[in-house]
Parts: sequence; C-alpha cells; structure tokens
Amino acid sequence: MSATLAELKESLRHDEIINCMRCGFCLQACPTYKLSLHEPRSPRGRIALARAVAEGHLTLDDITGPLDQCIGCRACEVACPAGVHYGTILEAARATIVEQKHQGTLEKLVRRVGLKWVLGTPAGIKLGCFGLWFWQVTGLSWLARKTGLVKAVAGKALAEMEAAMPKAPSPIKRFMGGGSGHVFPAIGEERAKVGFFTGCIQEMTFWKENRDAIALLQNAGCEVLIVPGQGCCGAVHTHTGEEHTAHEQAKRNIAAFEKYQIDYVVNAAGGCGAALKEYKLWLARDPEWAPRAAKFSASVRDISEILLALPPIPMGPRPGRVTLQDSCHMRNVQKLVNEPRKMLARVPGLEFVEIGNADSCCGAGGVYNIMQPETANAIGQDKSNRVKATGAQELVVTNPPCQLHMRASLMRSGLDKEGVRVVHIATVLRESMDAAKK
Amino acid sequence: MGDAALIQALQGIVGAEHVLHSPADLAAYAVDATPLLRSLPTVVVFPGSAADVKAILELAGAQSIPVIPRGAASNLSGGTIAINGGIMLNMNRMNQIIEIDAANLTATVEPGVTTAQLAREADARGLFYPPDPGSQVISTIGGNVAENAGGLRGLKYGVTRDYVMGLEAVLPNGAILRTGGKNAKDVAGYDLTRLLVGSEGTLAVITEVTVKLIPKPETKRAALAIFNALEDAARAVARIIESRIIPCTLEIMDQGTIKAVEDFAHVGLPTDAAAVLLIEQDGARAVVDADIELAGKICREEGAREVSVAATVEEGTKLAEARRFALPALARLRPTCVLEDATVPRSNLAEMIRFINATAKKYNLTICTFGHAGDGNLHPTCPCDERDHEELERVEQAFAEIFDKALSLGGTITGEHGVGIAKQDYLEWKIGEAGVAVSRGIKAAFDPANILNPGKVLPKATRKRLVVRQG
Repeated sequence: MSATLAELKESLRHDEIINCMRCGFCLQACPTYKLSLHEPRSPRGRIALARAVAEGHLTLDDITGPLDQCIGCRACEVACPAGVHYGTILEAARATIVEQKHQGTLEKLVRRVGLKWVLGTPAGIKLGCFGLWFWQVTGLSWLARKTGLVKAVAGKALAEMEAAMPKAPSPIKRFMGGGSGHVFPAIGEERAKVGFFTGCIQEMTFWKENRDAIALLQNAGCEVLIVPGQGCCGAVHTHTGEEHTAHEQAKRNIAAFEKYQIDYVVNAAGGCGAALKEYKLWLARDPEWAPRAAKFSASVRDISEILLALPPIPMGPRPGRVTLQDSCHMRNVQKLVNEPRKMLARVPGLEFVEIGNADSCCGAGGVYNIMQPETANAIGQDKSNRVKATGAQELVVTNPPCQLHMRASLMRSGLDKEGVRVVHIATVLRESMDAAKK
Repeated sequence: MGDAALIQALQGIVGAEHVLHSPADLAAYAVDATPLLRSLPTVVVFPGSAADVKAILELAGAQSIPVIPRGAASNLSGGTIAINGGIMLNMNRMNQIIEIDAANLTATVEPGVTTAQLAREADARGLFYPPDPGSQVISTIGGNVAENAGGLRGLKYGVTRDYVMGLEAVLPNGAILRTGGKNAKDVAGYDLTRLLVGSEGTLAVITEVTVKLIPKPETKRAALAIFNALEDAARAVARIIESRIIPCTLEIMDQGTIKAVEDFAHVGLPTDAAAVLLIEQDGARAVVDADIELAGKICREEGAREVSVAATVEEGTKLAEARRFALPALARLRPTCVLEDATVPRSNLAEMIRFINATAKKYNLTICTFGHAGDGNLHPTCPCDERDHEELERVEQAFAEIFDKALSLGGTITGEHGVGIAKQDYLEWKIGEAGVAVSRGIKAAFDPANILNPGKVLPKATRKRLVVRQG
C-alpha cells in the first residue's frame, strides 16, 4: 500500500510538524540524545525526519529505526518553547508506519494476539491475570527460567522482565479482594464516588498496589467502584502505532464509565492516567465522541492528585530513606510533579531524598525496554547507580512499567541483594495509614 | 574520492561508531535553528580529540571537501547548514571540563561543554561565568565562541568575547594553533584569540577554550516597570544608566510582545501598555538595594504607570517571568518564527522600535519587539508561516528596511546572532568595501583552499539598499 505525498502529509501531521522551530531546547531533556549525543535520537532530529518523509525527501523505512529508539517520555514537550505536541507527531508517525509497512507473519501474530486480543479486551486481560498466576504457581516459570526456555523463545529482555515480576495473586485471592463490579464503601463520611481504573498490566502484575490505592480512597471518604467493562487504556497501542485499536479502547472505557454516577475516574498508574486525560485529544476529530471524551478526561485523577485534594487521612510512622522516580507521562503529560512529593511528605518518619534526575526517564517506556533493551538497560543502570548514591532503601514509583523496569534494573546491578526495593507510592501511603490505626 | 571512500577514511580516523551516514542521519543534520534552511551534509563525524580534528581536516584539505564545525546547532544565522554538502563536524563528543583554576579564576573546557554546564560548575565553586545566550541549556562553549554569543547580561558583563582568554584550534591545514592563555595581560603579537572569537567556524576548528571567571555576586534583585508610552520607557533606560547604574539585565518588551505574553501566560500585564522594562541588579546587598530602589524611582519619574520592586530573590524571579515568556509566547502564535537581532545605540531605542512597528504595518506583518534595552540589542520577532511564500517575501523586505534603519542610526545588522548565510548579503552595508576586502584576506590567510564552512559570513553579492535613508 502506498500513499500519495498529500496523504502522507496529512497522516504524519505536517501541520503540527512545522510548529517545530528547531531551536534544540529539547535536546537536553531527551534521554536518548543525552546517551548518544546523536541528533537522529533527539526530538528535534526525529521531527526533522518525519518532516523529510512528509515532504518527500525520505521514506518511512528510512526513519523507522530512529523513531523506534524514542522512549516516548515526552520530556521534550515540557522543554519546548513553541509548545510543539511531540507526542502527537510521534504517535502519528508510528501509526503511519504500521499502516503503510508490510509486516512479517510473526509481527502480525504478536500484534494481533498481544495487543488486540489480550490487552485489547477485558476478557483477554482477565485471562492474562490467570495465565500469569498459572505460569508462576505451577512451576512453569521456574522450569522455563532454569532451562533457558523463556530466553530462547522470548529473548533476554523479556526473560529479565519475567523474572522481575512479583508473585501474582491467585484467582481466589483476586476474587476475595474485589474484582470487576465490586463496590468498596467509603469509610466515615462519604465525600465522593470514585470509578477506579485498574489498568491492564497494573492489574495483572501489581494487583495489590491497586488494592492499596482503593483502601486509601475508602479512608479518604470515597465510595469506590471497579467499573465493569473497562479494559486497557490504549496507551500501549498508541506507543506501538495501533491508533485504531487505541481509539477503540478509549471509546469502550468512556462508555463503561458513563454508565455509573461517579465524580472521579481514579487510577494508580501514571502512564494510564495520562492516556485517559488525553482521550479528549485522541477523539477530538470525532464529532460524536469528542464531547464525551472531554467530559471523561476532565474527571480523571491520579491517586496522589485526588488524595491531596481530599481531607488528609491520619498517617502513622513508616520510617526509612526513600527516593522517587517520576513517571514520565505523569510528570510531562499530566503535569503532576509536586503531588507525589507532597503525599510522601505526609508520611511520619519517612526521609525523602531526590534522585537528582527524577524528571528524566528510567528507560521503561511502556514496552520500550522489551523492544530496545540496550538503550533501556543503559538508562536503567544509570538510575540504579543514582538510587545507590542516595543511600535510599526504597525507590518509590507511580507507574507499573517503571516499577517492572526498575525492579529488573536493580536486580541486574545487584542492588536488590543489598535490600533495596522498588515500591509503589500507594503501598507506602497505605502502610503509613495502617500504622496510624495500630 | 567517492562518498563511500570518504566514509571509510573517516571511520578509520574516529572509529565506525562515530560516523553517521544513513539517509535519515544526514536529514537530521540538514537543519539548524534558522527558519527555512535545509541542506544535506555528505557525512556526519564526531571527533574525540584535537588529533582527530587534525586528521579530518588534513583529509578534507587533500580532497577539497567542505567541513562544517557544529556545536548544538542552535544558531539563527544558518551558520551550520551544509550548503555545499561535506563533513558535518560535531564537537559535542568533546565535552569535558578540563580544569577550573580557582587561583587564576579561569576554566579550561572542551568545545562541546554546554554553556549551562560551565555556568553550573562555576557556580558550585562560588564563581560566575556571565555570558547567558538564550539557548544556554544546549548551546556549547565552542559554538558560543565561534558565534561570539551574547545574552541578557551584555550591558554589565559583556559578551563571550570578553571572557575568552585562550584557545586551542586546528587550522584548515592541520596545524594546531594555541592562542592566549591564563595571562590577564598578553600582547604577544596579533590578538588571534579575538580574531577567532566570532569567526563562525570559517577560520579554524576550536578544540579547547580557556575562559575567565569572576566571583559570584552576593545577591540579586529585580524591578518591573510598566509604561504608557514607549518614549517614557526609553528615557528611563537612558536615565538609569546616566545615574551610574549598570543593571545586570535591562530588558524591554513592546506592546505586541506584552499582548502575546499575557495571552499565553496570564502573568497580569496590562495589554494596553506600550512597554515594559525588567531591571535586575546583582552585587553586594547594599549596592543592589540602592540601585534597584533608584531605578524604580527613575521609572516612576519618567511616567511609569506601575513599578513593582521585588523584596526577595524569589519575587524577582516571578517578575522576570514575563520576560522569560516572550519567546515561548511569540513562537506559539504562528508556525514559523523569524527572530532577528538588529541593534542600535541605546539612545535610539525608541526610534528604532517605532520604525519597526511602522514597517510591520507597512508590510501587513506582525512584528513584536523585545530585547536587551540596556545594550540596544533588540529582537524584532515576526511570527509567520513558511508555507506562505508571498508573506515570506514581505518579511524579507521588512527586515531589509529594518537593518537599513538600524545602520542609519549608528547600529548594526546583527548584535549577537552572527552573519552565517542569513546576513551575508547585508555585511558590506555594515563593514564597507574595505572591511569585506580585509575579511577576505584573513579568510585566505587561514584557509586558502576554502574548505572550512565555505560560503558563510563573506558576502556572495551585496544587497542593494532598498530605502532612502530617513535618519
């Protein structure tokens, strides 16, 4: 399939591309540029490449490699004086590449099964939750790891990620802990009705962290419903150029949440939260969905964001030195920088030290660490060194891909053996809340 | 030598991982921060040492291949566009601070160190590197030296030129030149250091820079004054300086800029105001307090409708916000942003801004002016759309008139952006036939084969002056 130049221009969002004035202010914000010092690995360079394709100087094939190397952290948008929506340009380019490029059978299969069937449907996510538990509990995981099967089939990057996964809860535990459709009552005076957005990877691998967030909400006076019919937020689809599937996810989630009287859509995953807040941009050109998306996006809150806005929950001592790695999309897209820090400051006894470059990506980038392990691991290694330098016993995170990637990074550098843990902010806050009750 | 052989030879010098040559790589190096310009280099190279640079220049000399030295490519004059192809010589791999000498108050750095990095390291030792070009977070010291970069602190502290004490540079024939050093006084021969500062990569490739540092000022305070008439603001500028106050920054924004800033950032500026002055002073606390209070008083006496004097450093940062938003606000208005740097003696500030506004009107353009009022270095900025060729022609004509006017007021065509290719056809207006002739002689003495950044700075054809002088 080949497109005319006019179609390419439209599909690559040339109208947004030309807002880049090439000043280069984004370079110092870009983790892949800082690592390589190469212009094609910078936002300015990538925009120049997309532009060269849109103007007929290069082909999509020429620029696929440099675009694949972008983590998509969007720190460049914060640094940009001209307000260029780099995310829009990146996602348009990736979608155009997927649309125009011939995919191999294997790639097609992975995309269809992984992105469309498993992550793309609520049932698929449930199956994934079960599958992960089954894989771990039956010893298949152990066996596959010992025999090197995971590494042989899925590659080193995926094998390391698999090893870094925490123990998944059993289906019974999931059921008892409250799943889809469950209502968690407000404790004390009810102040708000919350529809909880679980996220797909978050619910599969960090189920407990979601329950910690829900417990916090209950104690802050929220009635919490795990809204049935929700699925993946679609972020992973935009990152991989599956624009159409991403929009399907957005519409399904909006429709699912619209069925209930809720004040806020709350999540504990910075990347998912950013996607939910951007539904209004994703669907802006769809007259039927644009207003519904705008309303939905306006009601989305991160767990730290909403806890700060509600009356404080009594917190008890939870001593220890911690540092924080921002979720890029929580910081650069949701623009939530102080919120997690302010919440950590409420924990008695907690000693907080900055990591020094919390605004710079850890290298996880959704599925980036699996697709581009070399760059991701180099950045993860640097982060591990910085964690070590702070002397912190815990690295606090706010997003599941960061949590997985940093767990794997700390394992690689041996810091886990020194007792350094990666912990979600909801867990820290919940433990502090529980300590107050003792 | 074909391209493949050239690439192989370069890989032999610096290693394959430091040579880029795929179509996408070349496209990413076809641009710098100058609007509209684009031209592909043949190959992109990252030398790691002066010895690498020497070997590359010897190779390029033998093959008559152009070499374009490049820092962060944040220049606004087309200085790093490979107009004839050739080797894009990226200096950003050479990015180590070699030494900060507290006894002699100097820093010696490789050219790829960023301005912000040097400023930060100096600051950590209680020292100060004052030049602060707008792009300091990414611009490199090598690039700053090559362009003689300015910044907001020019009035009090001067520009890059005033801080460069010594250089190591590789000449186009491969010879390694060392100029100056750590001596405050040094009159041994021609001042080759100053000759290389602002030479825009046309004479030699800078491989090491020794700069002067000064003690860090004790404190800083700011004041913001809002005026109903441009003339009042201009008079205030003149009187502040007449009163023996040299503020570290003295910035002006005209009405167009004020409107754009207010629309974008809602910082609370009145959009019917004609001009805003931001005044900052640094130094010993008592001096800073006295200066800023007096500057505020002068602004009031000259008819400012509102003067805010910050009590603390934090309040000052808040006042300076309006000025910091000038570029972001203007850059967002339209896709393309033509940012110029016509400069006049500060006594002619009001006349110049008024002329810019009249010219914008004449050509039916939006041109907003902000800039360094204290040193007369203005940034008339034209938000436009590069897809509209008819509009671009009007932009070009308007700026030709603006440069002409600046010259007739005793000013210059470029205060801090450099000539590159954007201003080369205006150069003779400023430096005259004799200036061009001696510049050509200098270029020939350094680079007889014309391999280093060819086609830049020196005029190809001199532009006919468009207007009858009105000054």
